Amino acid sequence: MSRRRVIQCALGGSASVLLSNQPLFAETAAPAATPPPRPARAKSVIQIWLWGGPCHLDTFDPKPEAGTDYCGPFGKPLETKVAGIRINELLPVLASQADKFSILRGMTHGINAHETASYVMQTGHPEGDRIVYPSVGAVVSLFKGRAAGYQGQIPPYIVLTEPQGRFSEAGFLGSRYKPFATGGNPAKTPFAVEGIVAEGFSEERQRARRDLLHRMDTLAKDMPQHPAIAAMRRCEDDAYDLILGNGAKTFDLNQETPELRDKYGRSTFGQSCLMARRLVELGVPYITINYKGWDTHKQHFQIMRRQLPEMDKGVGTLIEDLASHGLLDSTIVWWGGEFGRTPKVQNESPWNGGRSHYGKAFCSMVAGGGFKGGQVVGATDARGEEVASRPIYPWDLVGSIYELLGIDTEATLPHPLGLTARVMPGKEEKLKSGGRLHEIM
Amino acid sequence: MPREPYEASSFSVPPCRIDAIIFTRLAKDGLVPALPCSDAVFVRRVFLDLIGTLPTGDEVAAFLSDKASDKRNKLVDTLFKRDEFADYWAMKWCDLLRVKAEFPVNLWPNPAQAYHRLVHTCLADNLSMDRFARGLLTASGSNMRVPQANFFRAVQSREPRSLAAAVSLVFMGVRQDSWTPAELDSLAVFFSRVGYKSTMEWKEEIVFFDEAKPAAKGPVNMPDGQLLPVPPERDPRSVFADWLIQPNNPWFARNLANRAWYWLLGRGLVHEPDDVRKNNPPSHPELLAYLEKEFVSHGYDMRHLLRLIVNSRTYQLSCIPVGDNPRTLELFGAYPIRRLDAEVLIDAICAVTGTGESYSSAIPEPFTFLPDGSRAIALPDGSISSSFLELFGRPARDSGFESERNSNPSAAQRLHFLNSSQIRSKIEKSSSLGKLLRNTGAPNNTATQLYTDILCRPPTETEKSLVREVLGAATNRKEALIDLTWALFNTTEFLCRH
Repeated sequence: MSRRRVIQCALGGSASVLLSNQPLFAETAAPAATPPPRPARAKSVIQIWLWGGPCHLDTFDPKPEAGTDYCGPFGKPLETKVAGIRINELLPVLASQADKFSILRGMTHGINAHETASYVMQTGHPEGDRIVYPSVGAVVSLFKGRAAGYQGQIPPYIVLTEPQGRFSEAGFLGSRYKPFATGGNPAKTPFAVEGIVAEGFSEERQRARRDLLHRMDTLAKDMPQHPAIAAMRRCEDDAYDLILGNGAKTFDLNQETPELRDKYGRSTFGQSCLMARRLVELGVPYITINYKGWDTHKQHFQIMRRQLPEMDKGVGTLIEDLASHGLLDSTIVWWGGEFGRTPKVQNESPWNGGRSHYGKAFCSMVAGGGFKGGQVVGATDARGEEVASRPIYPWDLVGSIYELLGIDTEATLPHPLGLTARVMPGKEEKLKSGGRLHEIM
Repeated sequence: MPREPYEASSFSVPPCRIDAIIFTRLAKDGLVPALPCSDAVFVRRVFLDLIGTLPTGDEVAAFLSDKASDKRNKLVDTLFKRDEFADYWAMKWCDLLRVKAEFPVNLWPNPAQAYHRLVHTCLADNLSMDRFARGLLTASGSNMRVPQANFFRAVQSREPRSLAAAVSLVFMGVRQDSWTPAELDSLAVFFSRVGYKSTMEWKEEIVFFDEAKPAAKGPVNMPDGQLLPVPPERDPRSVFADWLIQPNNPWFARNLANRAWYWLLGRGLVHEPDDVRKNNPPSHPELLAYLEKEFVSHGYDMRHLLRLIVNSRTYQLSCIPVGDNPRTLELFGAYPIRRLDAEVLIDAICAVTGTGESYSSAIPEPFTFLPDGSRAIALPDGSISSSFLELFGRPARDSGFESERNSNPSAAQRLHFLNSSQIRSKIEKSSSLGKLLRNTGAPNNTATQLYTDILCRPPTETEKSLVREVLGAATNRKEALIDLTWALFNTTEFLCRH
């Protein structure tokens, strides 16, 4: 078996050929990827997950006419590059890129609890009774990862920088489809990617240590053929391929110009966006940027003043940069959180100017990979409280993303217990739906 | 020839019924069991398997120097009395019972903690398993005041069929899909009158026998062929419990005996351990029947089962199989090498380095934070976690299947151990490193301390000379000690039960 093959198996690709004769360490086999129903437009996805729920009124669906009870201090939205589309006044970079992305103002699911809303948004499945579905990233790494020919050394599903932790991303697919979380902080030098980049350790010391480990591993030396020990050894080989191979170079943001790094913003979020572009260049199919800090029950507007410019520089520059590298056509950028926030500002104690969870109406944004730019899909009412036209349910959005990736939404997923589970909910589930986003695809 | 330091030349325990069955079966296939494990291997193994905790250097030394011939049996009995025994087994039981505050089970933090506490107390008091099961199956009351009542809340659907499926998985080891629809419908009758209502107290919920729901129309056809009357005035759950917990019920005792075997020896006699069905027969039917009979005749005493198994020669085999036929491992001809469970592994690192971890649950609000230095095996709620636990395959407690716990090794886990800041900083801050740095004495003492602290055994002569060589060649003693510690943490011996 080739080295490449070994890495693929261990770092969460598919094909469990390697492990098939080892009862103790065997895993359930992944299926062969079903042939896509139509050619894929997109090769990669960058999911910008605003953890906690960003307010639709204060980002891509401003409502200055509703008055300060609703829009707070943000009464002067920016006109964007696309006539008639306005966004929050603190988002000038995004405004200058508005021809490249589309705003989904009709998002709705009606769930106000973080956990359940995150599950529904990140899986595209309604809350079920006994099946916990995998997240979009896990599904993409199943269908676009090793089995579909992804050859990179970097695992196919990367999280910058911490896992979301609100539900099990891999769902029933199991832990080999979990994302690789980088840890560390890309705004620092070096970007100490957990496990791959160890600050202050020369390559020479790494090699010397590995040699020492082999000399000291008495039990393994006694029986290298034991299936459990052989499996451990394969994992070690794969790990060192990343430590001593190209892994470290990939994550070295100093390979980019200081000007570009400044443009993204030297924040953890901004540099994560830049890192995501580098990963897309290497062909990594799915990258999630977990962006914390959007659950703003209190001090909402103070936090927005600080955070919106940071978000704007990161996302706006990412879209521009992807386009200038010729990558935007094949890369979906998906921006959003689990829900929106209460349109009417909560001025009463203890919130004193905060916004709560709001799943009835909110917005997301998509760009690239076959999504048209400069469009608005759906609309909320005058106060942003109800979807007034063209509702978009989580499965409408997620199904559209799969379509662009060429993933058959009718395909079955391998359930370890053989239960029937499909990529997207079928018609028999009779879910409310506004339909996939064909108007912008 | 026994291999140093893992094997001994003779057994320390007499042969028992388990061994007769296992060794005969191996011989039938022309297979030979491994040699007996050494005392040093046994002490670490039995600590990890019974209390999910590494022995300290002192505990190892005391055991090794004990000359009593029955010291292994005595050690087992002392372990049952340790607090960590209840911690570790409560962890396993709470995996099956899906004790988790949040999605998708949604017990909510207070009830989850109360539920965990109840399970923990039952295990610490060694409540017989028939009473334990009956308590869960028949409880009515508030989720906060009657923790048992959470059994019927720790499900994603409250349809009678789903409740029946949850009961059948935990207490019968049978998966929903192994029943025919008619069988499942029969079982569902017993859970068709479970009621739920909320109270004025935030997140309080009462589970009760809802007499307003229709009673069974007649006797129920049970999967064992019995025709069971369900009187309308009785809570049908208690009728079910009476049926389930009787000595000749073909599922209850057998399921727990099979799980006990699986928990200790890594593979069920029926494999997978929660997949009992007609066309999945046990590898050793006679042994399963024997364990089941012992369990029932000893009043459903779980410790009796565990004691029988760990005091057997089969359990006390070394992990080095004779020959390379994979059947040897499937037929229990050697102790199975398994990566330590996520919780046990992080606790072991913390204990050896004298460092702590902090655990919290960011969901639901209000957040839960545990005091620094809390042990992972004692975490009360599946929603309280850490990235280490996630990486090393702690079960999400979504389904209650044993296979949800993933102790397979992965490259990402190896990266974490080889090179992460977490492990590096634990080694650098470790109290034993400090001790080694202050003690500039003989390299042999250094080797002894390193090996006893980390691998729970003294070093062999070869290992001592290797340590001498490394320290002798080092220009920076601290760096050399860090590298030695790091290397031992990364050995198969440390990372695995063996």
